[in-house]
Amino acid sequence: MKVDTSKPLEYGTHENSNRIFGFWVFLGAEIALFATLFTVFFVLVNRFADGPSGSELFEIGPVLIETFLLLTSSFTIGLAVHAMRHQYKRAMLVFFGITLLMGLGFLGIEISEFVTYVHEGATLQTSAFLSSLFVLLGTHGAHVTFGFLWGAAIMIQLMREGINPATANKSFIFSLYWHFLDVVWIFIFSFVYLKGLM
Amino acid sequence: MNFDLEKFKVHGEPLIYGAMISIALASIGIVVGLTVFKKWGWLWREWLTTVDHKRIGVMYILAALLMLFRGGIDALMMRLQTAAPDMKFLDAQHYNEVFTTHGLIMILFMAMPFIIGLMNVVVPLQIGARDVAFPRLNAVSFWLFFFGAMLLNISFVIGGSPDAGWSAYFPLASLEFSPTVGNNYYSLALQISGIGTLMTGVNFIVTILKMRAPGMKLMRMPMFTWSVLITNVIIVFAFPVLTVALALMMFDRLFGSQFFTMANGGMDMLWANLFWVWGHPEVYIVILPAFGIYSEIIATFSKKNLYGYTSMVASMLIISLLSFIVWAHHFYTMGQGVMVNGFFSITTMAIAVPTGVKIFNWLFTLRKGRISFTTPMLYSLAFIPIFTIGGVTGVMLAMASADYMYHNTMFLVAHFHYVLIPGAVFAVIAGFHYWFPKVFGFRLNERLGKHAFWWIIISFNVAFFPLFILGLKGMTRRMYTYSAETGFGPLNMISFAGALGLAIGFVILVYNIYWSTRYMPRDKTGDPWDARTLEWATQSPIPEYNFAVVPNVKSRDPLWAMKHDKQPLFEDQITKIHMPSNTGKPFVLGVVFFFLGFFLVFSMWIPAIVAGIGVLVVLAAMSFDRDHGFYIPADKVIKTEKKLGGGTV
Ligand code: HEM
Ligand SMILES: [Cu+2]
Repeated sequence: MKVDTSKPLEYGTHENSNRIFGFWVFLGAEIALFATLFTVFFVLVNRFADGPSGSELFEIGPVLIETFLLLTSSFTIGLAVHAMRHQYKRAMLVFFGITLLMGLGFLGIEISEFVTYVHEGATLQTSAFLSSLFVLLGTHGAHVTFGFLWGAAIMIQLMREGINPATANKSFIFSLYWHFLDVVWIFIFSFVYLKGLM
Repeated sequence: MNFDLEKFKVHGEPLIYGAMISIALASIGIVVGLTVFKKWGWLWREWLTTVDHKRIGVMYILAALLMLFRGGIDALMMRLQTAAPDMKFLDAQHYNEVFTTHGLIMILFMAMPFIIGLMNVVVPLQIGARDVAFPRLNAVSFWLFFFGAMLLNISFVIGGSPDAGWSAYFPLASLEFSPTVGNNYYSLALQISGIGTLMTGVNFIVTILKMRAPGMKLMRMPMFTWSVLITNVIIVFAFPVLTVALALMMFDRLFGSQFFTMANGGMDMLWANLFWVWGHPEVYIVILPAFGIYSEIIATFSKKNLYGYTSMVASMLIISLLSFIVWAHHFYTMGQGVMVNGFFSITTMAIAVPTGVKIFNWLFTLRKGRISFTTPMLYSLAFIPIFTIGGVTGVMLAMASADYMYHNTMFLVAHFHYVLIPGAVFAVIAGFHYWFPKVFGFRLNERLGKHAFWWIIISFNVAFFPLFILGLKGMTRRMYTYSAETGFGPLNMISFAGALGLAIGFVILVYNIYWSTRYMPRDKTGDPWDARTLEWATQSPIPEYNFAVVPNVKSRDPLWAMKHDKQPLFEDQITKIHMPSNTGKPFVLGVVFFFLGFFLVFSMWIPAIVAGIGVLVVLAAMSFDRDHGFYIPADKVIKTEKKLGGGTV
């Protein structure tokens, strides 16, 4: 395997830079996916039938914590990549771990939110508005869950092999994914929660 | 969970029992055959675990041919049922299932995989690459497509097929009005194969943008490669919409959500919009590569370079953009008002302009060319006028106010077969004949090929032209029977005769494959058609590494320039070549997805969860895999090159 040392490690081989480019293309598809889900949500947002509307349901507190956790985790995964570029394996693992833990915290709050909604009688079946809410949030949440598992797998590989072209490449791609989930969350936060609370 | 065998059963119909028996016999036959000839190991090593783009391409094409026959038998059954008034061959439910699976199979499991198969075989060669960017992902794509297709196919004998049309409009496709598991199959089978297609899209965009041989600038790429690039961009932006639509459908049907329901705020038209936001680009996903195929064939057999290269590329780009803003022309009659209909009417008609540009470019390529009438060329020539009829009737349908007359009649059915069959089917058949010698090292027999061609071309018009008239007379689509007083009988009978002729044509085509495999002489040149592009610059059959030496491209038709202007193409020395190694994981992933889909179709939650975890386990196994492939040593490459003909040594 030819490694080009003039480039950052994660871009070093031809395959690695293809993977990163490929992941950007994939993120293009993910944008289309979430754009569709947002469209569905906007179409159905006022169709709450006999169920509650957003302003009756949402509470700002937990959502702010979720936002804080996810935004900070986006920062820490950035620090992890920074550490990786300097070959600081321990620091990288620490930041990576913090990122995943915050992701887990986010998921915990989101799940407890869902449970509260359901207890208040707002289920997937109640109204079109709630169906689209649960599926939009759920798709984002499923992405975070998948990201958690994927990130954990990468961490294990990092611990085993250290920072090499393969693990660096995976970690970098993971960081792109994680940032992307953050961006999606900002849209959810603004257009689902803030707008819904107004 | 109560286990109820009843829901797996399909009742009545001797035809279905016939299908069950033939599926069972075919499976037993395959298993016995493989065991008797000790071919299991061969099958696993050479095919099921392969990551070679050529083999994956061949598997796509084989699967597509199988599906062509499955969809074709559906078509024959429908044509037989409507051949005369008051026929009792299929009942209403069965007719519904047959036209639904026919449409789905023809578009998603025949046309698209056939095209993806050709692009797998051809595109890396045309750009002078050793493989696609992500060979393993490519295998994942194939197996997801394949097992998605299998999932839809078993619906016929286990539980019942989808029956709400290939467009599955709500509320008809909801649990309330389609209570069988048929539309569960729809949502899951399409989802699984759709994910595979999306991965193909990512893979080929990277391949084409990042894996080109030195000197192969974007504006030097062969037209087929251009069409594939644009198509894959469409795939990447259109398929996620289908992913969402199918997921929402699944939620509505399995978990009682309210997206497309009639109560609790649901909106049935939302489905129609989502479906066609994907669905219209989808028809361009199958037609743009076809345009690329015709461009290659017409240039080769006119012995001229393609006329209007730049305008060809530009028109494809414009078509791909427009394809995303025409979707509402599928439901002008659903009451969205004059402004909306006007907008979509205009965008739809606008597509005729770039398409017309392409037609004229082909005509100018032919002009003063030294034309040889080979089988692939015949299909390309026949395509031009027939597709034009399809296009002109398309513009008629595009006029919203006039569409109130044609909407959902046989006129529409005639129109879309007049674009899809010449636009996609003739193209893949032409491409199949054209690139066949590249892959297998011998040509298909020309006499048999032309025989099949005339059967297919003439029968096609006999089968579908009457439908224009029937439509204007008021025969609606998806109508399983009619009375003698309507007067629809004679034209339907003619159409049935045409369908039979088509079937004969396809049988001759397949017989030709068999005959040629046995008797056709081997081609040692690697360039049997005296062609222009890079795929013909390597040996036939293609060695696993594609090119012993990576070509150095200096012009648009590099092989032609090498042959006629003595422009050197292979300048480097042969060195060891890096190859990816085979892997069984993509196949296993496909199998696990198949079971996940199947369990979800029948709402068997615990097995479904187990299968879902299985998916994650296979993905993890892939992530932990550290296989860096292997090298073919230089002397082995030289040996292979000598054996195959020795053009580049
Ligand atoms: C090979 C000869 C073919 C014949 C004889 C044939 C015949 C038919 C017939 C009789 C119908 C149903 C008309 C109705 O009652 O509404 C139909 C529908 C359809 N066909 Fe074909 N067809 C053929 C090939 C194809 C191909 C190659 C494609 C696509 C690539 C295709 C795509 C469709 C679609 C999308 C529908 C609509 C299904 C629906 O209503 O949901 N057909 N075809
Ligand atoms: Cu359309």
